[in-house]
Amino acid sequence: MGAAVPLGCAAAALGPAAALVLLTVAAEPLLLVVLVAGAFFWLLALLAASLLWSVWVRLSGREDAALLPLAAAAVLLQELCRFACFKALKKADEGLAILSEDGRSPISLRRMAYVSGLSFGIISGVFSISNILADSAGPGTVGIHGDSQYYFITSAFLTMALVLLHTFWGIIFFDACERRRAGGVGLVVGSHLLTSGLTFLNPWYEASLGPIFILTLCTGLWAFSTAGGSFRNVLKCLSCKQEPEGQAMLCSARQVPLEG
Amino acid sequence: MITFMNNSDSEEEPCNERTSLMSAESPPVPSYQDGLQASEAGEAQAHRKRRAGSSRGPNNIAGGEMSGSGVPVRERALENEEEELTLKYGAKHVIMLFVPVTLCMIVVVATIKSVRFYTEKNGQLIYTPFSEDTPSVGQRLLNSVLNTIVMISVIIVMTVFLVLLYKYRCYKFIHGWLILSSLMLLFLFTYIYLGEVLKTYNVAMDYPTLFIVIWNFGAVGMICIHWKGPLQLQQAYLIMISALMALVFIKYLPEWSAWVILGAISIYDLMAVLCPKGPLRMLVETAQERNEPIFPALIYSSAMMWTVGMAKPDTAARGPSQQTWDAAEDGREHLRSPSQAESQISEMRSPVPTHPATSLEELEEEERGVKLGLGDFIFYSVLVGKAAATASGDWNTTLACFVAILIGLCLTLLLLAVFKKALPALPISITFGLIFYFSTDNLVRPFMDTLASHQLYI
Repeated sequence: MGAAVPLGCAAAALGPAAALVLLTVAAEPLLLVVLVAGAFFWLLALLAASLLWSVWVRLSGREDAALLPLAAAAVLLQELCRFACFKALKKADEGLAILSEDGRSPISLRRMAYVSGLSFGIISGVFSISNILADSAGPGTVGIHGDSQYYFITSAFLTMALVLLHTFWGIIFFDACERRRAGGVGLVVGSHLLTSGLTFLNPWYEASLGPIFILTLCTGLWAFSTAGGSFRNVLKCLSCKQEPEGQAMLCSARQVPLEG
Repeated sequence: MITFMNNSDSEEEPCNERTSLMSAESPPVPSYQDGLQASEAGEAQAHRKRRAGSSRGPNNIAGGEMSGSGVPVRERALENEEEELTLKYGAKHVIMLFVPVTLCMIVVVATIKSVRFYTEKNGQLIYTPFSEDTPSVGQRLLNSVLNTIVMISVIIVMTVFLVLLYKYRCYKFIHGWLILSSLMLLFLFTYIYLGEVLKTYNVAMDYPTLFIVIWNFGAVGMICIHWKGPLQLQQAYLIMISALMALVFIKYLPEWSAWVILGAISIYDLMAVLCPKGPLRMLVETAQERNEPIFPALIYSSAMMWTVGMAKPDTAARGPSQQTWDAAEDGREHLRSPSQAESQISEMRSPVPTHPATSLEELEEEERGVKLGLGDFIFYSVLVGKAAATASGDWNTTLACFVAILIGLCLTLLLLAVFKKALPALPISITFGLIFYFSTDNLVRPFMDTLASHQLYI
């Protein structure tokens, strides 16, 4: 396919993630470490899911055996690892707070939530798309066996949606765990299951891509409001009024109830 | 082949003492007396500090455990500030090592994926004499274990030889050996690499141009590594020679032997650095006793900047200017240490706890770097490169190994912060890397392939 397709698909799929990393994470070494740690947790979830799948395939003897329950199990394992990541980061946050001068850790848990969500998104996106990109750089005809011709471009956009979704889910999930709200956790798990289930409708892209993007938008708005954002904030930001970010962080950190 | 490879036995020796991760500590530089004394003292302090010093790695990840020890951080404000500062800079040290390790791996993976030469089977090293072209699996396994035994024995013999040389102060021999091996890496291996890259992209280059390019590259490399040079250039050269060495290993180590060797060398590293009679530990201890630096050109130092000792406040107060030739020159003259680039760079100021916490202190805190042996770079890159070469064209395996190695490095730095002495950098990373390689290649790859063929996302 030449260089256009892989480069274009890579930009579509990983462009937002790369921009987010460069703008918000790259300057802060601690967040980079959190990024790598989050990727590790996701890999553990994937390993467990693959183990389950290979055991199932051995038992049932068929390659295509029952992917739907296995995908659901994979989603649940990912959320479990997200919870483990939350626990680890919470501990790290407490340690940082104790060791710092003013009793506050240098990076708020909210930022760590965002970065861990982003890391889940990046690693899952990269795992989804890298083999596809490598194949798209080589010779071939897309959909020669009757599959959809739009495989590469839809994969790229699905990956982008998934990266953003993971970021939003990270923020919402950590906030819900912090406030001990099962509803938030349940909704995150539910929307993840829904997203994964919608991809089973591929290649009927109107039914899968459309709802997934709508879901991404809604989850994004929900995460924005969870993180303390509001319409007023957006207006302030757009009118370029200098509001130190620390304040907003401070406010949102204060809203979090102190754990007993 | 045999004569060629005989020269490379000097390469084995670097693999040994390169495999320890040390924290470079700021030595309390005693004075500015000329001669070797001051420099030796200065550099020895680095090693003493490495033992008892406070190069804190990232305490953040296991912050719970750290805080659980009940450190009374409020008692001494200075100590508190030091702790906090080093905590902030702990993550910085991790990133200072992540970046070169990542760069080395990127170079190796990019070469493996594009230049076919390094994935073609073209004979074996004399250190792995048993062939793996056997019909049965058991025989192949046996041969790879035997290859590993031979390789590790060679490494042990070389390390012990080096430690003996060091103990009996045969410095000229050691320096000559090191210079020969870096000469070979910088000229011969670079020539081969450049030739293969040009062949891959079908670019013609005439011999005079080639001569000029290789000569300049090699000469500047020798100067940077063994004498003086800008820090980043030296770091770049060290990364490049590590990548070249890793590529040689990837090419010439047979499949199964490579994996068994990786496992065995991390066990060896663990024992050599931690056991009381381990050769690497004896090396470090002897160097500390004599207040001397460990060999140049075997250690990657991530130190950002260094200044002269406390007795020269104007130099030290020169603000956060980045590493420049002048600063380097200045300091080196004062310390008059032997021209060893990396030891110059690792020379850092002591935190001097008795001093009040000023911006000067913060400057010193920033200067602390972490050192990583080049052997660690090499073996990390061998693991990731082998994953890229043999995992049936799969990128997921390479990425998983990459993340595993970074996490292992992170955990090792964390342990460094806790134990504050020279630690082996290979075991944790290689263990994670091996686990992730085999599990990703055998379990995750078919799963992801199945999902991708139906365009399913989890």
